[in-house]
Amino acid sequence: MSTLPTAAGQITPAGAKTPAGVETSPAQYLTFLLGGEMFAVGILNIKEIIEYGTVTEIPMVPPFIRGVINLRGAVVPVIDLASRFGGKRSEISRRTCIVIIELTENDERQDVGVVVDAVSEVLEIPASEIEPPPSFGARIRADFIRGMGKVNGKFVIILEVAKVLSVDEIASLATLATPALPEVATGSPVQD
Amino acid sequence: MDELKQVFVQESGEQLDALESLLLELENRPDDETILNSIFRAAHTIKGAAGMVEASGVESFAHVVENVLDRLRNHEIAVTTELAALMLACTDQLRLLVAAEAGTTELPTEEIAARSASLLTRLREYGPGGQVSATSPQTVEPAVQRIPSPQGGHECWHISLRFGPDVLRQGMDPENFLRFLETVGQIRHIETLADTMPAAEEMDPELCYLGFEIALESTADKQAIEDVFAFVRDECRLAILPPNSKVRDYLDLIEGLPEDSLRLGEILVRVGALTAEELAEGLRTQTTPASAEDAVENKPIGEILVAQQVVQPELVAAAVAKQTQVSEKKAHEAKLIRVPADKLDHLINLVGELVIAGAATSLLAHTRRDGELIESSSLLTRLVEEIRDASLQLRTVQIGETFNRFQRLVRDTCKDLGKDVDLVISGGDTELDKSIVEKIGDPLMHLVRNSLDHGIEPSVVREAAGKDPRGTLSLNAYHDAGNIVIEVADDGAGLNRDRILAKAIERGLVEPDVQLSDREVYDLIFAPGLSTAEQVTNLSGRGVGMDVVRRNLQALRGTISVDSQPGKGTRLTLRLPLTLAIIDGFLVVSANRSYVIPLDAVVECIERPVAEHDRNYFNLRGQVLPAVCLRDSFNLPGERPTRESVVVVQYAGQRAGIVVDRLAGELQAVIKPLGALFRHLQGIGGSTILGSGEVALILDISALIKISGQAEQRLLARPEQRSA
Repeated sequence: MSTLPTAAGQITPAGAKTPAGVETSPAQYLTFLLGGEMFAVGILNIKEIIEYGTVTEIPMVPPFIRGVINLRGAVVPVIDLASRFGGKRSEISRRTCIVIIELTENDERQDVGVVVDAVSEVLEIPASEIEPPPSFGARIRADFIRGMGKVNGKFVIILEVAKVLSVDEIASLATLATPALPEVATGSPVQD
Repeated sequence: MDELKQVFVQESGEQLDALESLLLELENRPDDETILNSIFRAAHTIKGAAGMVEASGVESFAHVVENVLDRLRNHEIAVTTELAALMLACTDQLRLLVAAEAGTTELPTEEIAARSASLLTRLREYGPGGQVSATSPQTVEPAVQRIPSPQGGHECWHISLRFGPDVLRQGMDPENFLRFLETVGQIRHIETLADTMPAAEEMDPELCYLGFEIALESTADKQAIEDVFAFVRDECRLAILPPNSKVRDYLDLIEGLPEDSLRLGEILVRVGALTAEELAEGLRTQTTPASAEDAVENKPIGEILVAQQVVQPELVAAAVAKQTQVSEKKAHEAKLIRVPADKLDHLINLVGELVIAGAATSLLAHTRRDGELIESSSLLTRLVEEIRDASLQLRTVQIGETFNRFQRLVRDTCKDLGKDVDLVISGGDTELDKSIVEKIGDPLMHLVRNSLDHGIEPSVVREAAGKDPRGTLSLNAYHDAGNIVIEVADDGAGLNRDRILAKAIERGLVEPDVQLSDREVYDLIFAPGLSTAEQVTNLSGRGVGMDVVRRNLQALRGTISVDSQPGKGTRLTLRLPLTLAIIDGFLVVSANRSYVIPLDAVVECIERPVAEHDRNYFNLRGQVLPAVCLRDSFNLPGERPTRESVVVVQYAGQRAGIVVDRLAGELQAVIKPLGALFRHLQGIGGSTILGSGEVALILDISALIKISGQAEQRLLARPEQRSA
């Protein structure tokens, strides 16, 4: 990953123009808005941010998987974060973006896009300004939260990307959600 | 592990495979000279390669094997079943030793050494001086190119060797060759030539500047000596003169070499190839070429040489012929290029991009309605298609090689089980992607073992049942609708329906009172934890095999089905995708979403008859055609249009219709996997990017039909089950 892309059609978050060497600092976070709430993601995982474009829906998957997009020849799945957190799907607006996040799970590299209402900026949050997550009350699963960052006296929820976008978990959820067709046992036809 | 060693491990693996299949062939045709020679060559290559990478364990073991093979080749000992079995065991041991060298075996070194020792003891019985006497007299004269020494004088070959400058860079160590040379004979004298070595400041330490003049005492023939240098043959200047060659030959040699003639001459004298007198005379004749022949003849020693001249022209001619043969063989070998798989993958990815870009261009040309542009883009498309096919071909291999490996397995297993089984292979030339071939070896092995162990009955039982006492196991492969089908069939007892069912009930896999069709019962063999073998053998019967087989196949997006007839046999059918990269597709649209159906599966397209709107089957020229409606299956939004199309697809001999909104024509689809996130998704085989940049999903026809059928059956079966 180099610095964030600045090509036309892609939104450059404020602060992304900071010179090289930035990504080596672990305390940099991209903040974005989702359902009125401010979230942050460690910048190291972020590959790029693109405008919300044509998303091809995938049938028979849970609603939080919005579909797949063509990212310069690669097919990348897109997750609706709001829906993943248990809420409604994000409404698509002019400022809706897809943040492409690179994940490494079980030694496999996988790019995943997440839909956010708007990206705001890249912030530096020192470790001393990060509080442990509340045990409840954040209205999202506790294991999705890495910590609560204090920015200008307000809290931003720093997400645990590996958990939120856990390929294993999403893949297994995807199996359960085949509403049109009752669950198809891959095993013997008499297992139920 | 360094690169050289990796190459060694890979190459010796291939040679061992070849060796094994050749040995099996030898069992059937023990008198075939070509097989014997090929076997010897394979063993020799392994030994040579092992020497190169200083894998001394492999080298010394292979050497003993080679000795026995040599005697075999020279008809000093005869091919027997025991010997063949021993040789096969040695092949295994070599494999193990190579694995040990590569660090990929879990066996302790002592264990490996012990095995080596026991095999070596057995091998020595066949070695020179062994107890096993030759059953056939030595009929073939070895292709020795030595002339019997008239005086019993020194028996030294003269080898003139100049290593090429790049030898070191290619990972060859000149010293190793010299050391290896000692395995064919004894080096009597050696002179090192460093004449080409430039001044220190100009010297490149990565280049080799060395040359050697060697006197080798050996009973080996020229070929054997030459083989020592097989690995650097193209990289070095090599001249081998048989013992007692003519003075003339030495002089020619001196002339042919880059170094100063006089100095060389001195070296030859020192090496012992020539006497000082001969040299002086020879050099003198050189200066007066007209009288060269006379001059040589006038020499006292020349008389002997003249006597030899009667023999020598033929000898030289034979040597030349042999050299040509060798170089021809070399040239043939050079036609094969070893390419790292990731480079190929990269190429195929690029071709994929090219296909997409080409599609975009041709789309543009058509929307612009520019005649010339359309013409040039269609030419481009045709070429791109050819490139696509050619590059995909690069990665395909014939399945025959995989099949042939089972000869050994069948032979060994039959011996263990005391059964008599014929392995019949057909369709070995069927090609499929290498990555798939690599992954089906294990599942196939399970199936073959199962058939041998449980399927085919012992000869006595077979005879009692009125069958041929010799069982038949057949492996077959063919292409069908964009898939490769592999069949493993035996003519054994067939599956025992009652026993499978009883076992499944016992294991709690099935409710006792459920009514199952034959097919459903047979499918139970793939359930985890079910084995119908009454005895667990070391081959199979642990109930893990079939379960694992099916899971492995599913990982390749393949399927397995079983078909059995009591008393007649069992047939397992594996279906696998042909390639993982690019397919010809048929684009359809439903609710404004594009889907791709693999073109191989498409039989025809019809308009959906209006009258039969609400049913999921049609009348296709008098036949019933079940249909899947994409809108229903995928829960697509919107109203069904009044006019719909039906794509008739065929899969595994089954026909079905797929109801879509409209048809959008053929295209080349570069398969983009959907990734781990969608690995459990059924009915979708992957995705592709259309010329417009839009992502279209590729339908997995077989899964789609299967899940639709199962969904309906379940829906219908439920009320019945509840009342029961």
